[in-house]
Amino acid sequence: MEALGLLLHGFHVLLTFKILSLMLVGLVLGIFVGVLPGLGGPNGVAILLPLTFTMDPTSAIVMLSCIYWGALFGGAITSILFNIPGEAWSVATTFDGYPMAQQGRAAEALTAAFTSSFIGSLVAVLLITFLAPGIASFALQFGPPEFFAVYFLTFCSFVGLGKEEKHKTLISMSLGLLIAGIGMDTVSAQLRMTFGWSELYRGINFLVAVIGLFGISEILLTMEERLALRGHAARISLGVVLKVWKEMPRYWVTLLRSSAIGCWLGITPGGAIAASFMGYNLAKRFAKDKKGFGKGRIEGVFAPETAAHASGTAALLPMLALGIPGSGTAAILLGGLMVWGLNPGPLLFVEHKDFVWGLIASMYLGNVVGLVIVLSTVPVFAAVLRVPFAAIAPMIVVSCAVGAYAIQNAMFDIWLMLGFGVVGYVFKKIGIPLAPFTLALVLGNRAEDSFRLSMIGAGGDMSVFWSNRLVGSITTLALILLFWPLIANVWGRVTGGPAKQ
Amino acid sequence: MPEVENEIVVDDPQAPAEDSPALAGARNVEIVTCLLLLAFAALMAFDNWRIGMGWAPDGPRAGYFPFYLSMILGAASLYGLVARLMRRARDDDTFVTRDQFRRVLQVFIPTCLFCLVTQWLGIYVASLLLVAGFMRFIGRLAWWKSLLTSFVFTLAMFVTFEIAFDVIMPKGPLEALFGH
Repeated sequence: MEALGLLLHGFHVLLTFKILSLMLVGLVLGIFVGVLPGLGGPNGVAILLPLTFTMDPTSAIVMLSCIYWGALFGGAITSILFNIPGEAWSVATTFDGYPMAQQGRAAEALTAAFTSSFIGSLVAVLLITFLAPGIASFALQFGPPEFFAVYFLTFCSFVGLGKEEKHKTLISMSLGLLIAGIGMDTVSAQLRMTFGWSELYRGINFLVAVIGLFGISEILLTMEERLALRGHAARISLGVVLKVWKEMPRYWVTLLRSSAIGCWLGITPGGAIAASFMGYNLAKRFAKDKKGFGKGRIEGVFAPETAAHASGTAALLPMLALGIPGSGTAAILLGGLMVWGLNPGPLLFVEHKDFVWGLIASMYLGNVVGLVIVLSTVPVFAAVLRVPFAAIAPMIVVSCAVGAYAIQNAMFDIWLMLGFGVVGYVFKKIGIPLAPFTLALVLGNRAEDSFRLSMIGAGGDMSVFWSNRLVGSITTLALILLFWPLIANVWGRVTGGPAKQ
Repeated sequence: MPEVENEIVVDDPQAPAEDSPALAGARNVEIVTCLLLLAFAALMAFDNWRIGMGWAPDGPRAGYFPFYLSMILGAASLYGLVARLMRRARDDDTFVTRDQFRRVLQVFIPTCLFCLVTQWLGIYVASLLLVAGFMRFIGRLAWWKSLLTSFVFTLAMFVTFEIAFDVIMPKGPLEALFGH
């Protein structure tokens, strides 16, 4: 029960006027980000990151993670009221949420969405509270080979388990790792891939790339679409809230199942999107009344929202314990850690107790406060959608530029952001996934360093990655995941069952 | 629940037409992208080969790791290129229609101009111009709305970054007039 004591310490860190007000600001900004078209969790966090550069790390992470929670809440508003998923992970929420709004049950659907989001993240935070310290202290024994094996596992699971075409994931990942390597080599201090261009000496900053890839490209993509919208305004009364809450315990199996799916997918690099669909589909499969789904069943809102929030929150577990982000947004928060001068990894739990436990405590508090805010202010945020996109788009562009410039005070970075915006636009349209790119970019140098340190330690002998049981099993697991589609195919043929339908 | 029935409607009169002709097919764009990635991989591989991609006595040289990455990138994009060429051109998706592309340029070109102006006049003046100009000329919103919004937004940015959070932004002659 050491965790409880530390958690209390976290609350103690948290409960100052400054941090609490930053939390509120973060939540409100986050809900805006989630509601507005052309902005989402990762871009919102990336764009607003510069605000935190001059803060101490604890206030900074609390504000940023609250933006993230807010964005998760906000995504549900547009999907239910307007049938426009503000985020990819809210797509599954529209299936039953929007029909409910059409039937005049918008308030019910919104309450269900917010409450189940809250439950999902609560389960995930409990998991983080009790699991993360253990994993971190276990990981303290890791040397460079173990770390490289874990990085390798992360990359391989993206390739092997991702839904996209394999070569596209591979392109995205190797490009990210390559770009991460541009600039001064950290081991030998040699310049590489700069072609004598002095702007490239300091390397390509991860956050600049992310702002371009997600922020700018999203604006370009949004402009392509027809921006007209028609939806319902809703106000949530206390009566509706209580009614939904009274109904809720009946669906405990769905809630629990979705939370478990979300936690699992959040920890493995799969992300909230897959989790929300899986939560929805499983709820449908196990339901007695399958036909009711898609026509406004409250269960169809509970299931995806719980899973999406659980996985969005659980994605922070590997980030805190191992320094490996479980999602795109977690990768950006990891980038933030480095900007604030912290070294991500298991040592965080030892060296920066205030930071880690402040963050974990803020997850509890942020979700409670977030729930209250969204329940009481839905009409305000729904009205935000009345603001024409022509006013929002240039403001987002300016915010992106401010964010890109602030990281290193370099004009070159603004141009770089623009370039990455075009890359992101094209990649998204031809189906090259951006999440592996983000992950590779943020982990690239660390992965390479751990590889080279293990090589130096072992005198260039590759068998160091099988030198003991731990590192050997991680490496083997990574290779299995990498070739998983192939293995599954062969296995299917051997057992005689159809591998593909 | 009677209050639920008030609707929020936002219209988009300049929306791209559904039947606008295709400007580029996804197949061609994918092929060009793969070729560009291939060229990028070759360039990177060359530079890493130049600085040493082999082993030094104490471990891999600086170019080792990125050299093999560029090999993976090259192989994956070559695969993508061949796979795309093998597939028939007939079942191609549209990459972008003419109307859509016009809209994309409507925001991309002002963004480029914004970056240029930022370089000479500072980010705040550029922001004023971008927000007001975009709202007025692209969004066809009223002058007063455009000017007011851009002024309030830029002022809010200035106060947030320069004054409240001490984040230094590129500034030009106008800010110098006010002593910043």
